Amino acid sequence: MSVIVVLIGISVLVAGGFLIAFLWAVRSGQFDDKYTPSVRMLFDDDKKDETKSS
Amino acid sequence: MQEDKRINKEEIICYHCGDICRDKSIGKEDKYFCCTSCKLVYEILEENSLCKYYSIDENPGISPKVRSEIKYEYLDDLQIKKQLLDFSDGNTAMATFLIPQMHCSSCIWLLENLYKLDDGVTHSRVNFPEKKLTFKYLESKTSLRKISELLDSLGYEPLINLDAAEKKSRSSHLKKLYYKVGVAGFAFGNIMLLSLPEYFGLEKLTDPEFHKFFGYLNLILALPVFFYSSSEYYISAFKGLRNKLINIDFPLFLGIFVVFARSVYEILAQTGAGYMDSMTGLVFFLLAGKIFQSKTYDSMNFERSYKSFFPFSVTVIKSGKETTIPLASLKRGDRIVVRNNELIPADSILFGGDGNIDYSFVTGESLPVQKVLGEIISAGGRQKGSAIELEVLNDVSQSYLTQLWNNDVFTKEDTSRLQSFSNSISKYFTVAVLMLATGAAAYWMQYSLSTAVNVFTAVLIVACPCALALALPFTYGNVMRIFGRNKFYIKNVSVIEKLSNISAVVFDKTGTLTQSGKSEVLFSGRTLNDYELILVKSVAKNSTHPLSRKIYEHLREFETLEVNNFEEFTGKGISGEADGNKILLGSELFASGNPNAGKIRIFGKSSRVYLSINGEFLGKFEITNSYREGLTEAISRLENNYGLHLLSGDNNNEAAYLEKIFKQPHHLRFGQSPEDKLDYIKGIQFSQSVLMIGDGLNDAGALKQSDVGISVSDDVSNFSPACDGILESGSFTKIPDILNFSRLSVKVIITSFSISFLYNIAALFIAVEGMLTPIVAAILMPVSSISVVVFSVIATNFLAKRKNLN
Repeated sequence: MSVIVVLIGISVLVAGGFLIAFLWAVRSGQFDDKYTPSVRMLFDDDKKDETKSS
Repeated sequence: MQEDKRINKEEIICYHCGDICRDKSIGKEDKYFCCTSCKLVYEILEENSLCKYYSIDENPGISPKVRSEIKYEYLDDLQIKKQLLDFSDGNTAMATFLIPQMHCSSCIWLLENLYKLDDGVTHSRVNFPEKKLTFKYLESKTSLRKISELLDSLGYEPLINLDAAEKKSRSSHLKKLYYKVGVAGFAFGNIMLLSLPEYFGLEKLTDPEFHKFFGYLNLILALPVFFYSSSEYYISAFKGLRNKLINIDFPLFLGIFVVFARSVYEILAQTGAGYMDSMTGLVFFLLAGKIFQSKTYDSMNFERSYKSFFPFSVTVIKSGKETTIPLASLKRGDRIVVRNNELIPADSILFGGDGNIDYSFVTGESLPVQKVLGEIISAGGRQKGSAIELEVLNDVSQSYLTQLWNNDVFTKEDTSRLQSFSNSISKYFTVAVLMLATGAAAYWMQYSLSTAVNVFTAVLIVACPCALALALPFTYGNVMRIFGRNKFYIKNVSVIEKLSNISAVVFDKTGTLTQSGKSEVLFSGRTLNDYELILVKSVAKNSTHPLSRKIYEHLREFETLEVNNFEEFTGKGISGEADGNKILLGSELFASGNPNAGKIRIFGKSSRVYLSINGEFLGKFEITNSYREGLTEAISRLENNYGLHLLSGDNNNEAAYLEKIFKQPHHLRFGQSPEDKLDYIKGIQFSQSVLMIGDGLNDAGALKQSDVGISVSDDVSNFSPACDGILESGSFTKIPDILNFSRLSVKVIITSFSISFLYNIAALFIAVEGMLTPIVAAILMPVSSISVVVFSVIATNFLAKRKNLN
């Protein structure tokens, strides 16, 4: 039985880790703008652009 | 390639902004532009090899040609700079600008590559939904002013406003909601997992010690949900009680509190497993609904006072030199210079130049007013023509225009007289549930006290109006999104409920029913040469009749000549002599020289003005009224269900046309001052719930006084007075649909409420019988909530489609 207690303790810790990660993400502003990053990631890198033009 | 195709279609589209070019005169290589300013922006970008701008989105540019000439000198002022900077260590500084013009992914790309245009900018980042640009720059290399000028030259005019800096509180509220929903979700998931043995009846197979451990763990997990995540429900419920009002949050608080208390007791006394899973799940769903509902239009401002309309700075003459000072430090007795298209910031006396003041924004009057030296000019007008010099008479806050904001309406917090629908329901609901719970407990009391307590708490638990509380945010949140897709943006969801109660609609004329800007003037007949056009313009200049003004404005680019023997025949036409030629403008018979001519007639939406010069009949000007397309249909659709009124600050020249549309002549008022409008609305509010649709500053009081104020705007990012909703002018004809839909959405809510009542009644039967087990609660709670949410979202989407609101 006690092994389950240990396992549940670990699982709650892991879940708590995700909770903290979520809180951190909100705090650092990752949820402030949910649109722009989706566009930004489609822009090509500038380096590529220069090699093309040269 | 695409540009080539377009040229073949004989329609040349500006490579920069996508407007139609008159000809190929402005071009570079194979690209053509509609104006030199567009070409200039292209050249700047080309020089800095930023032409990728054009490959991300098609014709993404903003033509800077309509830009007002704003000076950014005031940004060098230390005081202002301090207010605008988010951060500065003397070396690098960071600031955020609101740029309403950004509209596509090309804009994002260009603005984030600002460092290529200005060495001093080290980093720039766009928040597109809020239309904000945050940038860091080196203070030694560049300045706020230089960056603003650069943005301006690209067509991205930054909207600098001190109010913009005061908007941070809302986003921090949303952040708190995210924290709370995160905590609740975490607890909900884990408690569900730990309750699985309970659900499957496995607890008899396991060790009781084990059982105890699960119970305590659930309790610990539920604590932050009870004390932190659901705290705003307690606060709101108690605030309501203090105002002697039982709001929807009160039964929620009761439910949450009773579930928690009973679960704590069961866990500690080891009589059962508790209902922590239901409690945390309920809080999680409720908060998720709150987030769904909290969508707001961040880039828009619904709370503007006159300050947002006024310029940020004024040009002052001090000891013979022109300097720019912030508006706030403008004092009585200062000499100021107001240039073409600039706003007069305070009541003042004209000291130099020709005053030609356009008050259309303040009064709705469409004709500019001439002012001569020594006359008093009140604030809010716009100078048209050459620069004028003024001496300030009153402080900015004491002028004629700004006094409107001293009216009571602007100081009262909320002018709504309607009690929200959900709150009025929850009052009866709470009382009924409490009575039922007490009754059931009293019945069981005869048998055993513990069953009585059990039944009492069980009734309160299942009666917790979670489905009810979820139906509201999801329905209204969805309706708000549907409105948004139809270019109607509302301040918050309570506007929907108020819209559904409207019984009278009041319109403003200028800028609301009419399209702002010019009307269409077409000439048919013999082609006129430039000299003849000059003659026409010269005569039209002398008349203040709207038709003459429209012809005059249509011929903007021509000179005028001296006119003799000018005569105006009311309703018929005008005549005059210029350069020895006799010009007649008016109705058909009038122009052909018949003295018994009739009045100028209106054909549909356009008036025809005939022209003859020296007795030769040349043709007619067809002046299409600048009323919005589809106005007549929209009004006639509204007529059946609403009382319609019109308040115009303009004169009654167009009364005949409007009476045809409105059919209720006594509801049409002309020449109304801003205060008149406000008082008129107050008057009809005694018997009716009023929707005001307006646009300018002159409607500000009326918009605020009315139950719902909607401001119509050609460009929703432009300024509009304080209101409950902003409607893009293109969606004007959808007003009947919008009103209709808001009524339907309230019906959707009533239906959702009925569904959730059915669940509650079913659950109550179980509870009154004393058979409520954690597993029943754990199934019933999510099933009822989710089915109600799904129903309300599907129903609103379906109805929106039926009403052609996509």
